[in-house]
Amino acid sequence: MLSNYIKIAWKVLLRHPFYTFITLFGITLTLTVLMVVTSFLDHLFGAHYPEAKRARSLYIANLVQTDSANTTMSSGPASFEFLTKYGKSLKTAERVSIMNNFGFSNAYVNGKRIKLNTKYTDVDFWSVTDFEFLEGKPYDETNVRNADHVAVITDALREQYFGSAEEAVVGKTIDIENINYRVIGVVKGSPPTRIYTYSDVYFPYTAPKSNYEEKGMRGRFVAIVLAKKPTDIPAIQAEFDSHIARIPRAEYSNNNQFNILIVKADTYFEHFLSTFTRSDKDRVALYAIVGLVLLMIMGLPAVNLVNVNVSRILERASEIGVRKAFGAPSKALLWQFIIENVFITFIGGAFALILTFVVIQFINSSGWIAYADLTINLPVFLVSILFCLVFGLLSGVLPAFRMSRLKIAEALKA
Amino acid sequence: MIKLQNVEKVYRTSSIETLALNNINIDVKKGEFVSIMGPSGCGKSTLLNIIGLLDAPSKGQIEIDGSPVERYTDKHLAELRNRKLGFIFQSFHLINDLSVIDNVEIPLLYRNTSAKQRRELAQEALEKVGLSNRMKHFPKQLSGGQKQRVAIARAIVGKPEIILADEPTGNLDSAMGNEILGILQKLNGDGATIVMVTHDEAMAKKTDRLIRLFDGTQVS
Repeated sequence: MLSNYIKIAWKVLLRHPFYTFITLFGITLTLTVLMVVTSFLDHLFGAHYPEAKRARSLYIANLVQTDSANTTMSSGPASFEFLTKYGKSLKTAERVSIMNNFGFSNAYVNGKRIKLNTKYTDVDFWSVTDFEFLEGKPYDETNVRNADHVAVITDALREQYFGSAEEAVVGKTIDIENINYRVIGVVKGSPPTRIYTYSDVYFPYTAPKSNYEEKGMRGRFVAIVLAKKPTDIPAIQAEFDSHIARIPRAEYSNNNQFNILIVKADTYFEHFLSTFTRSDKDRVALYAIVGLVLLMIMGLPAVNLVNVNVSRILERASEIGVRKAFGAPSKALLWQFIIENVFITFIGGAFALILTFVVIQFINSSGWIAYADLTINLPVFLVSILFCLVFGLLSGVLPAFRMSRLKIAEALKA
Repeated sequence: MIKLQNVEKVYRTSSIETLALNNINIDVKKGEFVSIMGPSGCGKSTLLNIIGLLDAPSKGQIEIDGSPVERYTDKHLAELRNRKLGFIFQSFHLINDLSVIDNVEIPLLYRNTSAKQRRELAQEALEKVGLSNRMKHFPKQLSGGQKQRVAIARAIVGKPEIILADEPTGNLDSAMGNEILGILQKLNGDGATIVMVTHDEAMAKKTDRLIRLFDGTQVS
């Protein structure tokens, strides 16, 4: 039966090449937009270099002090001391790394200024992330303990500062804000969209200007907690929550200004969401907005496709009449036309996939996002298939319903 | 086999009411070959559509095999059409996008029949109408007579007890018309009950019984 439906759908497509072109063009364009957006979201939230272990990572990146009436609030990253005390001590985690949120600095080459993003990290940083060392190695505990002036730089900075992509630079010195650092390793850089690992240069946290010794709960540091396996995440979160619950009120109340402390070890996506949404209500609103935008992107072309489909009804009235006369119930016809439409949508989806591939290659090589690594991986592909299905149903159900309700005698007269 | 009692069909628009059929009473026995005759516009096709459950009467009762059908759901009616009835139309109503064999298979799509079984039954039906050598052809590659034979194959593939033919020879020359009537007579000989609408007196005379309509009223 399915092959019969698909044969018909294919023939209908071939019947009016221009109509088909317009239909497929609309479907392809819509699905391409959605697929590129999906690929970008995957780029933002998926597990990619150098945060390939995101599926088993938790982020402690925000500390909120507030009062029960929610009238005043103070929020931001935590201090190194706080994260060491409550994060590093997690027994259920495999490893915990602390790094500063972000920092900026300057280096000069031949009188020309190079603006740098800087990151101060502990040694565990190189274990919770998957940086690829092009030469050299990361700093170790001895470097940290001795507060050595060493640095790991990215390949892009190597080229900018030393002027060569080929020449080995490990052992050479780099002058950053009038301090000479010995280059100890060179890594392949990461995109700036991975904010907690992105930098041009990495220092041990004991290096000058890291401010890791600042007192108090708030500071400039964040932590990545690595679980042994993803299923350990709830246990780690529970342990972390219990650590936070034990903090005496006096430590965070700031002279009784605040009586609530919120610090969470969240998955990357949850952490991102909680940055924008403070309550469940906010979250529902955010989902509603995202849903509405998606519906707009799909809905408008779908309405157009509905019109094209409906205009094709009359052409096929005789077929509907014949099928009904020979025993097709309305439901079977409804499915037939939905399947046909989904089939057409999937053809458009195949074109969209090719077009998406071209677009993301273009984005990756355009330099808009340094080290961009947009891709069509399995999750992106599966979400794309889902979009095809939803779009096919959205644009197919109404015409299919109208077609299936045609009166037989009238349909046969057409 | 088919019983119509006091059947009436009225077409209504916002401004006008047309009585297409008035007080029709018909009883077709199992194995009969009945023709319905009358001038154009007298309601023959409307009557055949009502007998074939393609249209509902405005009044009156229809019984197929002793069961009144007015309370049947869409699904139940579809099943009844699929199992008991086979249609042959004047303008063939073949689906041009499907091959001959795919057209013939249509009634079987709505039964629990495997693809292999469908193919076998469709081949068998096409052999009966002498078109087994045209299975892969498309309707546009066939002559009018061949198209009508495909339509007959489609009507008989599900082995229905009743065949309803709406001017099956109307679009054909007389030689081809006689050939089609011959096939119908043979099917009738094999046990099928046939109701045929025609305005060809000679054709009608070759059937068991004649029902005449005039302006929507049964005159004999």
